[in-house]
Amino acid sequence: MCTYTTEFAEITGSGKGKDGWFALNTATVYYDHPVHAQAAHTLNIDFGDGRPGNRVAVELTAASARELMAAIDRALSSVPADLLT
Amino acid sequence: MSASTITITGANGDEIQAYRARPDGDQRRGGLVLIHHMPGYDRWSKEVARRFAVDGFDVLMPNLHYREAPGADADDAAAATRAAGGVPDERLLGDVAGALEHLRSLPTSNGNVAVLGHCSGGRQSVLVACNLDVQGAVDCYGAFVVNDTPPQMDVRMTSLEDQLPNLRCPLLGIFGNEDSYPSPEHVDLLAKILDANGKDYEFHRYDGAGHGFFATDRPAYRQQQAEDAYRHIGRFFERVLGA
Repeated sequence: MCTYTTEFAEITGSGKGKDGWFALNTATVYYDHPVHAQAAHTLNIDFGDGRPGNRVAVELTAASARELMAAIDRALSSVPADLLT
Repeated sequence: MSASTITITGANGDEIQAYRARPDGDQRRGGLVLIHHMPGYDRWSKEVARRFAVDGFDVLMPNLHYREAPGADADDAAAATRAAGGVPDERLLGDVAGALEHLRSLPTSNGNVAVLGHCSGGRQSVLVACNLDVQGAVDCYGAFVVNDTPPQMDVRMTSLEDQLPNLRCPLLGIFGNEDSYPSPEHVDLLAKILDANGKDYEFHRYDGAGHGFFATDRPAYRQQQAEDAYRHIGRFFERVLGA
C-alpha cells in the first residue's frame, strides 16, 4: 500500500548531495514504497534544506532502520555529555 | 512511434511538463491520459505511455509534480510533492482537462479519450471520470476511492463516494487481492456503490498480487496477472476508444 504518512523533524547539520555539501534544516520521514531498494516498503528519510528537489535520500528496511536508530543511540551514549551540544 | 517531452497548459493556466507518445501515421485514433503513480513521472510510467502508443493510441502523461520541483529528477519531485501534502484534487482535474484538450486537438484524434492511472492515479482516474468528459476510465488499484485516508496520514485524500453517482463513463477496475489499500473489502464496497447507482463497470481481481503489481521495476511485479490485466485493458480501450 501507499501509506501517505509523513513525519517531519527540524534538524541542524549538513549533508552531501549531488552538487556537494549543503546545510540541512529538515528531515522528512515516511514508510512507503522505495524508489530503489528491493523491498515492498521501506523507511525513507529525505534530508533537505527546503529547496524543492534538493535532498539526501535513504531507503532502509524496517529492521535496518531500527538498527540505525539503536546505533545512533549507542554512539551518542558513548560520549561525555558535555560534548553533546 | 515517437515520444517526447512537451509543455501543456494545466490547472490555473500553468504551463506544465507532459510526456507524449504517439504512433506513426496519420490515421484517426483514440487518446489516453495516463496518470502517473505517487512515485512520480518516472521511467516506468514513461514506459507504460510508450506501451499504449505501440497499441495504437495517442498518449499524454502530465507531470503532476512539475510545479513543486521543475526540472528535478522524478523521485526528488515526488518527495517534494509528498512533503507539500500531495496533489490537490482540483489541480489534478485542471491538469487532466488540459491534457484532454491537447489530445483532442491532435489531427489524429477521433474525439475519444480515456484515462488510466495507477496507485494514487487510480483514485484520480475515478475522480476524472466523475468530473470531466472522458469515454472510459481505468482504475489500477487506486486507494481511498470509498474511504478517507486515516487521520494520521498527512497526505490527505478523501473518499469519492459522494461523487460516484456522477460517474459519466464505463469504469474498468484492476485490483490485487493481497492489497490492503484498496483491500478486497474496499473493492466490494466500490462495486456495491456502482451497482446501486446503475453504473457500467468491469472489475478484474487477481490472487497472488498485491499493490503495484504492474510495476516491472519493483518487487511487487506479477507478470502473469499484469499481462492478463493488460488484455482486459486492451479490450476495454477497443470498446470505448474505437475509431
